[in-house]
Amino acid sequence: MINLFNYIDRPSRIHRLTGACKLICLITWSLAAMTSFYTPLLLAMTVLSFILFHAAKLRVKDISFMLGLMAAYIVLNNVLIFLFSPDHGTSIYGTETVLIKLFGPYAITAEQLFYHLNVILKTGCTIPIVLLFVCTTNPSEFAASLNRVGVSYKISYAVALALRYIPDIQREYRDISLAQQARGTEMSKKASLVKRLKAASAILIPLILSSMERIETISNAMELRGFGKGAKRTWYSGRKFSKLDLVSIAACTALMLLSFLITFLNGSRYFNPFI
Amino acid sequence: MDREVIVSFEDFGFQYTAQAEPTLYHINLKIHKGEKVLIAGPSGCGKSTLAHCINGLVPGSYPGTMTGSLTVGGKNVQELGIFGLSKTVGTVLQDSDGQFIGLTVAEDIAFALENDCMPTEEMHKEVERIAELVDVKEVLKHAPHEISGGQKQRVGLGGVMVGPVDVLLFDEPLANLDPATGKQAIVLIDEIQKRTGCAVIIIEHRVEDVLYRPVDRVVVMGDGHIQYDGDPDTLLCSDLLPQKGIREPLYVTALKYAGVALTPEMRPSYLPELSLSDVQKEAVRAWFDRLPAPETLPEREILLRAEKIDFTYEGGHHALRGIDAVIRKGEMVSIVGTNGAGKSTFSKVVCGFEKAQSGVLELGGVDLNTLSIKERADHIGYVMQNPNQMISQTKIFDEVALGLRNRNVPEEEIRDRVEKTLKICGLYPFRNWPVSALSYGQRKRVTIASILVLDPEMILLDEPTAGQDLKHYTEIMDFLNELNQQGVTVVLITHDMHLMLEYTPRAIVFHAGEVIADKTAAEVLNTPDIVERAHLKETSLYHLSALCGIGDPEEFTRRFIARDREVRI
Repeated sequence: MINLFNYIDRPSRIHRLTGACKLICLITWSLAAMTSFYTPLLLAMTVLSFILFHAAKLRVKDISFMLGLMAAYIVLNNVLIFLFSPDHGTSIYGTETVLIKLFGPYAITAEQLFYHLNVILKTGCTIPIVLLFVCTTNPSEFAASLNRVGVSYKISYAVALALRYIPDIQREYRDISLAQQARGTEMSKKASLVKRLKAASAILIPLILSSMERIETISNAMELRGFGKGAKRTWYSGRKFSKLDLVSIAACTALMLLSFLITFLNGSRYFNPFI
Repeated sequence: MDREVIVSFEDFGFQYTAQAEPTLYHINLKIHKGEKVLIAGPSGCGKSTLAHCINGLVPGSYPGTMTGSLTVGGKNVQELGIFGLSKTVGTVLQDSDGQFIGLTVAEDIAFALENDCMPTEEMHKEVERIAELVDVKEVLKHAPHEISGGQKQRVGLGGVMVGPVDVLLFDEPLANLDPATGKQAIVLIDEIQKRTGCAVIIIEHRVEDVLYRPVDRVVVMGDGHIQYDGDPDTLLCSDLLPQKGIREPLYVTALKYAGVALTPEMRPSYLPELSLSDVQKEAVRAWFDRLPAPETLPEREILLRAEKIDFTYEGGHHALRGIDAVIRKGEMVSIVGTNGAGKSTFSKVVCGFEKAQSGVLELGGVDLNTLSIKERADHIGYVMQNPNQMISQTKIFDEVALGLRNRNVPEEEIRDRVEKTLKICGLYPFRNWPVSALSYGQRKRVTIASILVLDPEMILLDEPTAGQDLKHYTEIMDFLNELNQQGVTVVLITHDMHLMLEYTPRAIVFHAGEVIADKTAAEVLNTPDIVERAHLKETSLYHLSALCGIGDPEEFTRRFIARDREVRI
């Protein structure tokens, strides 16, 4: 079974940061990376993100599935950019240095390659931080931290519960699917598309029905214990910010401001080595 | 009784918005502070609705109209609402898994406190205190799947005791527990009540199990009315429970069969204090001697043979350790054991849902490992516990026909076979009904029919009677028994002691991935070591036979069960 939202418990400073702090850092960090195409900054952030990743004592094999997804995303993204706008780099940087002439409008230019490098760096410095947040934030703290940054507690709790039920539902899906296969529902590629769609509905209907039962029970249990009566609630796993939390938030906010400042001083979001 | 009234129904009635008839009529019931009340009744009698009225789920989550008056703590429930009521009434739901809200034990206990905006530090102290009270301090940081069913129920209880509640309401607390854990739960409820002085209301149809500890009062519900409201001893002297479709304690039934006239002074509601005169004991002995010994079944040829089956889950959990078992043709066998003992894993291996790492698995001499899931299903049918997990078609006929259609059987033949199966299952009149119009028990039948239509040599059922009252239990089990008599081999995974004793001559006991016993059900329940390891419970018949000086409790049980089935059929 693939664990998408997998908390990996290891003793590290990053694990010890509060969930809310990590969420704020994630948001500011992503804003810094998203708004800028300033290559030296992106490069520095990418290096830093890998250092932080290492500091959290995470190993590549822990997240190999997620890394695979990330690689696929980067490749697909870049291929599509090149296919649909092969001279995007030229229009941004204002020069055209053709390296290899291909067919039709397609040519590999230095500007386009540099643009792609920037796109890859942007993804490369954001995704490790997202993974870092997901893998080092105790799920118990997840809802509390969402609530702390201003999301309503009902929504925060709903998100946390949904994440928690993913493994249960995966397991149930498997059980139902096996029982259906035993009755001869064919789900492999041997069956036609129409048959496979029918087979999928044979699993989804029972899955939805039994999930509804589950939802009814849990929402009753929650209401019976007073969930939703007040405008606010406290959290058992909520923690006060430590010094390290404050320092981290300050650092990430500074990074975001730096990114904005560079854009402002530079007069453009792009770092241009071609002029 | 001059104690303060905490819950008071006065000429109370209730009708769900979605239903044509009221569910409760003219209820007059008072529950006092510190009282322990059992509310018993068959499914659909209104006992759950009654509970929902007390905790506010009615009309909060299940809308409807109330008539008459219901007050809790002196205040009208409609003014209090579900949140107001939660201050006075703590509810422990039936499904101890489903009601686990927090991600860890500590968070789950803290849930109500969080909603009350208690500051975090104070909350940690309060959770510690409660954890000590319900004895889960060791597992505070554990996730729900890391603790046992009994612990889950302790957590559930802890979660509603964080506030100073006056009433603890248990909605079918025994439904999802194995027999030994159920016994512990009843002891726990008793202790908590003595310590806190709360009023305790237990909604349950398993009367004998609740009476493992004394209760002050029993309320019997039937068809939306209160049928009895009084002390348990008087109730057991009458025949009201069986008349209302509720199983009375086995020892009480046995005494009645033996012709012993019960009186409240004999204290029939609490076995340790039951007193019988010498004449009465003699009557039980004489009855035992008169009963014919049930015949033992002849050895039959082997249908399924499992030898040294070993299975480890991907995560490293070693679930089956060298399982040896045989199922004989035409047998009805139960597989029992605690949760996690390996009984479900074993059935998955047999059906091909999981593949054993080593061992031999043969059906009628054919190596099962060479067959796919679908091919095995032609020989072995598997019925899941929850029918809603199996039913995928909207019409009953189509649901039963699904397996045949998937096997490309001609439509003519499908019609014949489905109709024949529906007749056997007593579902023929409903063949064109939508599945959604059926009751839980009928849906269970539909799932059994949908397996039976494939004509398997053996069917394997996971907890076929979980959560069913005596009437539905008898219906399902008699139906399976009939099938068995027609030659279908039936294997049941269960932790219901009655089921095992009554219907299956042989029981295979699993414990920690091994088979620790394979003998008659009566023998299993008479071996204290096995009873303890497999979390089973000896029946009260053993105590009765000991009390009457009958030396062979096993034979006493067998004769009683045989007699009881004759009487009930």
